[in-house]
Amino acid sequence: MGKRMALTGNDAGAYAFKHANADVAAAFPITPQTELMHKFAEFVADGDVDTELILVESEHSAMSACVGSAAGGARTFTATAANGFALMWEIVYIAASCRLPIVMAVVNRALSGPINIHNDHSDSMGGRDSGWIQLYSENSQEAYDNILQCFRIAEHPDVLLPALATLDGFVLSHTVEAVEILDDDVAAKFVGKYKPHFSLLDIDNPVTVGPLDLQDYYFEHKRQQVDAMEKAFPVIKAIGKEFGDLTGRYYSYYDEYKLEDAEAVVIALGSAAGTTKAVVDELRAEGQKVGMIKLRMFRPFPYLELRSLLKNFRAVGIMDRCISFGGYGGPVFNETRSALYGLPNPPVVSNFLYGLGGRDISTHQIREIFETVQKSAQHEPQNLIHYVGVRE
Amino acid sequence: MIPYRGWKAIPIGGLITTPGSTRENPTGGWRTYRPVWSEEKCKHCMICFIYCPDSSIQVADGKMTGIDLDFCKGCGICAKECPFGALEMKLDAECKL
Repeated sequence: MGKRMALTGNDAGAYAFKHANADVAAAFPITPQTELMHKFAEFVADGDVDTELILVESEHSAMSACVGSAAGGARTFTATAANGFALMWEIVYIAASCRLPIVMAVVNRALSGPINIHNDHSDSMGGRDSGWIQLYSENSQEAYDNILQCFRIAEHPDVLLPALATLDGFVLSHTVEAVEILDDDVAAKFVGKYKPHFSLLDIDNPVTVGPLDLQDYYFEHKRQQVDAMEKAFPVIKAIGKEFGDLTGRYYSYYDEYKLEDAEAVVIALGSAAGTTKAVVDELRAEGQKVGMIKLRMFRPFPYLELRSLLKNFRAVGIMDRCISFGGYGGPVFNETRSALYGLPNPPVVSNFLYGLGGRDISTHQIREIFETVQKSAQHEPQNLIHYVGVRE
Repeated sequence: MIPYRGWKAIPIGGLITTPGSTRENPTGGWRTYRPVWSEEKCKHCMICFIYCPDSSIQVADGKMTGIDLDFCKGCGICAKECPFGALEMKLDAECKL
């Protein structure tokens, strides 16, 4: 089923949005996302979609237009990267707190400055507290699959939260891979028809969206967002399974790779997960007991599942393509290590900050990461935070 | 006073699903000055009615009948615009309730 096409990650993303056939899209171009919306604009011009494409003058306006559109009951999406995401910031939070199931592709790119157009995860990781669901993609196929599933997850009546799927800038967005695209009718059936929870255009059921919310009720609405994130867990799992039954590509919170009898385990997300798998294969062929976990879902963060899974290992390395200045390690490290607190014999968890500003991560460097993790299992290390490939 | 409800009992995202809920939430308490209306001087020209940004000029049968102090914020536009001096701003605290 479906057809295999040679597509860049951006094109794969555009096909996912084509298949979602949203009512409205609003976007502003930014490297490396530009070609995604460029391709989508072709679909609009060719009449392949019913989407009203709004060309705005900034990302702040893009997300604002999305909020207005979604509040009007329209299936809505956008795409951005790096500084564009940063410029949306104010409205990114508003979209989530108004419970508008907008879908966004974030083509991960380093935040300025100094200015840099290449890949790291600083942009989407910065949005971790904004109330958006976040799915990370290892390759362009996953970017397509994740974007399609984002619509189902976001619009699910138990969830009603905006959702973003990422793809690594240039590494995926500008690289051609074989990607299986669903047949139009199959994709349309999977994504389904959108029934909004409310609509400003529904004059029989008038609503006020985004009113003043002060000391008396703001906190209750935040508590509801927490609840929606919790309810997203089973929804994301069920939709990942349904998608797998349809395509053979199953999704959940994370993927386990050669974990059986592993002594040293590395967690990675995004495109580096693919490189890490290759290293696991090499090391396994040499008889070393190593494995990896590819984290797909960062929001909500699968803390209970990771706690239960990681307690079996002696040493864990966390790869973070994002830095938190003044914090202790990167965001994935922080959350994973926190999830293990209180275990009787927790694994030693080390952090490997890598690839900022698009710096390549090589198989050689990942071998060194595994070596460091293996050593940490034998001797409690003094230093847990490592900067991979930074010149001293 | 409406009793406070818990997070499970309220519409999500701060949605207000009942039209006209403003009536249940008087905001006149924000006021420092209030317009005091002189019925004798009033010619019922409705200029204050047109200018009032909070729809607080009360009217019945084409005639002004008073000011809705539950919602009047005391901005003073009515007093400024009245051609007949029929509205005068006074410190709210010094007025009889």
